Amino acid sequence: MEVVHKFCHKHILGLEQLSPDDIDFLLRSAASFKEISTRQIKKVPALRGRTVINLFFEPSTRTRLSFEVAAKRMSADTFNISASTSSLKKGETLIDTALNLAAMKPDIIIIRHSHSGSPGLLAKHTKASIINAGDGTHEHPSQGLLDMMTVLEKKGRIGGLKIAIIGDIAHSRVAHSNIIGFTKMGANVSVSGPATLLPMGIEHLGATVCSSVDEAVEGADVIMALRIQSERQKDPLIPSLREYATFFGINKRALTLAKPDALIMHPGPMNRGVELDPDLADGPHSVILDQVTNGVAMRMALLYAIMGGGEG
Amino acid sequence: MPQSLLLKNGRIIDPANNIDSPGSLLLENGKIKSVYLGDYANSPQGECQVIDASGKWIVPGLVDMHVHLREPGEEYKETVESGTRAAASGGFTAVACMPNTSPVNDNEAVTTLILAKAKKAGFAKVYPVAAISQHSDGSRLAEFGELQKAGAVALSDDGRPVENSQLMRRALEYSTNFDFLLISHAEEMTLCGDGVMNEGPLSTRLGLRGIPRIAEEIMIYRDLALAEYVNRPIHIAHISTRESVDLIRRAKLKGCQVTAETTPHYFTLTEEAIGDYNTAAKMNPPLRTLDDRQAIQEGLEDGTIDAIATDHAPHSRAEKEVEFDLAANGIIGLETSVPLALALVRDKIISPTRLVELMSVNPCRILGVKGGSLDQGASADVTLIDPDLTFTYEEKDVVSKSKNSPFLTWSLQGKAVLTILNGKITFDAL
Repeated sequence: MEVVHKFCHKHILGLEQLSPDDIDFLLRSAASFKEISTRQIKKVPALRGRTVINLFFEPSTRTRLSFEVAAKRMSADTFNISASTSSLKKGETLIDTALNLAAMKPDIIIIRHSHSGSPGLLAKHTKASIINAGDGTHEHPSQGLLDMMTVLEKKGRIGGLKIAIIGDIAHSRVAHSNIIGFTKMGANVSVSGPATLLPMGIEHLGATVCSSVDEAVEGADVIMALRIQSERQKDPLIPSLREYATFFGINKRALTLAKPDALIMHPGPMNRGVELDPDLADGPHSVILDQVTNGVAMRMALLYAIMGGGEG
Repeated sequence: MPQSLLLKNGRIIDPANNIDSPGSLLLENGKIKSVYLGDYANSPQGECQVIDASGKWIVPGLVDMHVHLREPGEEYKETVESGTRAAASGGFTAVACMPNTSPVNDNEAVTTLILAKAKKAGFAKVYPVAAISQHSDGSRLAEFGELQKAGAVALSDDGRPVENSQLMRRALEYSTNFDFLLISHAEEMTLCGDGVMNEGPLSTRLGLRGIPRIAEEIMIYRDLALAEYVNRPIHIAHISTRESVDLIRRAKLKGCQVTAETTPHYFTLTEEAIGDYNTAAKMNPPLRTLDDRQAIQEGLEDGTIDAIATDHAPHSRAEKEVEFDLAANGIIGLETSVPLALALVRDKIISPTRLVELMSVNPCRILGVKGGSLDQGASADVTLIDPDLTFTYEEKDVVSKSKNSPFLTWSLQGKAVLTILNGKITFDAL
């Protein structure tokens, strides 16, 4: 018997606000939307007449395009605003930008912003549904969902799996959403990396902090390497990318500690040879491009769910 | 005929004279004429305004030793006039205003301007705190002598620390010649980085950069060590952590000449008030944890902390209705200080006498200004507090020009209902 779940969120601000049932619903829904992208005519009329604005204050290729492809495949009208072309460059506040966009009656605003909490601020000042496409070092819910979708697809389950997330946990909204999401769905999440990049109290989000990468990846079903941002070297956080690659990069030796069928994941964009050995990135364990493919399906599911297609 | 005012049959709380007793207070010609203990049944002679003070506390005028009046430079947030009007409505007869105006109060002209504006407004005594360093930029000492002559009562680079330890040492030494008090804004800037809230599990969850508690504590330790080394007094502003309280407690036990203040928000709120990125709960030092709040309350109770000051920091909507990272630090506090302190009395953490010490007696003693007592012949600066009055603190009732308070919509109990400055009523909610 199909369990009926009603998805009743207007906004997607973070995985913190979603219940395991909500996540389960989105995972199922995305799996069914995935087929659309394999058709010759990759378009369904589900969001015809809906207006979707991509409001990106930070550079993004993958996420912005993924949302745009998702919206277009659902027949929504999409518009892109990026920081370099927006009034924010001219000193307009986020709230004023939001009010002006709201005056044009969009149905959905997808926002990426460098300041944590910005999507919530937008939600308070507009009537549109808001999707957080990454805010500061807070959350990146659609990435967390597409990562869970990929793991579910490959492993058949999420509960009970060991997920190792390695690298710059402190500055990674992807890590935050993944820790919250995978933990909610019953997985065990271990994190490791340079202690300078492990934020205080990360265990309160549900992660187990490991003092070494080996400990984190041992027996892991999934190894997720996070992007190490070269600009982090300006702060006294890591001595060099070279040292990082040696001691914290995921390489073949680390992979031998994990389960034989472990998945290698990376949210992109990747620094080949720094956080991840290029051979692993391209090897049989890697599901990095599956993540990207699933991203479109998951974002279709998100757009559909918040536009009222949430009747399970 | 002399102008006189009788506050009849209230509860007189005058710690400086060891009084906590039913009684009445007669004011005449701007001075305290006499204190009558016990039931006052007589009618005063001559023309005299009589105010029924039954059920209310008659206390020496309250003094807030740490406020930002924003004038000159940011008059859209607050002015000397609007800030002192807010002070009077909160029960204060005097405030000490910090020098981080624009231009910085590091010279006679700004000090004089503030004093002139205060005199013209007539709502409260204003004690300017001038800058330790020129432009408060931490490079050269301001002209202490000139500032004192102009009317400054203490020195601080508040808003920022004196980062250079050598300059702080020299400031402490040079202050000897003028017997000038230095007030330390304790913050180790390299540790604060670009943090916006207390560092801990909550900052991690919200994805906000943290300000570690040690940033405050290390600087307090430095300033206590420097002051002890050169044998000078020092006052530590707005302390917010358990270790800060402990550092001051230990320094006092050693006999150091240290005093300290905290604010109503540190003894009332915790970082949880930030909730969903509420910028009305953003200030510096940031709101801390439950354990810190507990320690602050203990420090108020055991005498480690000498004063309750508000750090009244008005900001307009433009500075607060933005992303949390970008929002200005600080909240207004003059109109909520009395009710929030009274909550400590109701919770049996401090006595009514202690409240008056923290909010009147000690600030005067620390700043070396008159006030803080109901001595006969003293200036008639008096506050009448109704400890039971309940009200909802709403934006429309805020007297300050700015409305940035995390306590809006709170139901509060206890309030100043009458404020008298030099015998004149500056606020009347009776």
